[in-house]
Amino acid sequence: MKSSTRNPNPNPDTPRFGPSKLMVAFRFLRALTLVHRTAPNSSNAARSRRIQRAAFASMAYSAGPRRAWSRALLWRLHFHRARRLCAGRSRAAGVPRRPSTTRSPADELRRLVPGGTGMDYCSLLEETADYIRCLSEQVKLMQSVVDSGGPRGR
Amino acid sequence: MSSRRSRSRQSSSGRITDQQIDDLMSKLQSLLHEARLGSHDRASAAKVLQDTCSYIRSLHREVDDLSERLSELLDAAGVSSDQAACIRSLFM
Repeated sequence: MKSSTRNPNPNPDTPRFGPSKLMVAFRFLRALTLVHRTAPNSSNAARSRRIQRAAFASMAYSAGPRRAWSRALLWRLHFHRARRLCAGRSRAAGVPRRPSTTRSPADELRRLVPGGTGMDYCSLLEETADYIRCLSEQVKLMQSVVDSGGPRGR
Repeated sequence: MSSRRSRSRQSSSGRITDQQIDDLMSKLQSLLHEARLGSHDRASAAKVLQDTCSYIRSLHREVDDLSERLSELLDAAGVSSDQAACIRSLFM
C-alpha cells in the first residue's frame, strides 16, 4: 500500500471528490474516440447508445470497486456486453428504464441506483449520495464536451 | 421488500441508528438543495426520497440527451482536436 489516503489522483492540486475528474474525462474521451473510429457508419441511435454506455462505464471504472453502485454497473455492463455478443441485440446497459408504478419511494430508489436492490436502507442512502455526485459530474463532463466540440470547433 | 423492515433489522456493520439515517438524509437533502431541487426545511423522509428519485431520473435523461448530441457531433466532425480543447477547458 502506498499511502493511507484513498485519493487515486496523482495531482495534489485537483480538488478531491471521489474519482478524479481527470480520470473520468480521460476514460470517457477515449471511449468517444473509439466509438467514432469503430462505428463511423452506424446509425445515430446505435452510436448514441454506445456513448451512453461509455458514459456509465467511465463513471463506474473510475469509481472502481470501492462502491456498490459502481460494482453493480460494471457487472451489468459486462453482462449485457456478453449477451449482446451472443444474441446480436443492442440494448442500452446501465440504465433501468421501467415505468414507475405504485411503489414505496425507497423501493423506487433501489431500482434507480445500480445495485440498490440488494442493499440495506443505510447503505442505499450512502450509495445514492455518491452515485448522484458522480452522475452529475458525468453530466457536466458531457456538457463541456458538447460545448467545446461544435463542428466548427473553437 | 419493505424499507421500514430493513431499516430496523438489517445492518452490515452493527446497529443502524436513527441518527445515522438522519445524517444520511440531510446529506441527500443538501445534494438536492445544491441542485436547486430540494427545500431548506427539514422535509419528510418520503419527500426527500421522492425528490432524489426525480433527480436521478432527470440526470439519466440528461445523459441520454447528451449522448444523442455527442453522437451527432461525432457524425459531423472528428473528435481528436475537440478532445484537446475539452481537456484544456477542464483544467481551467
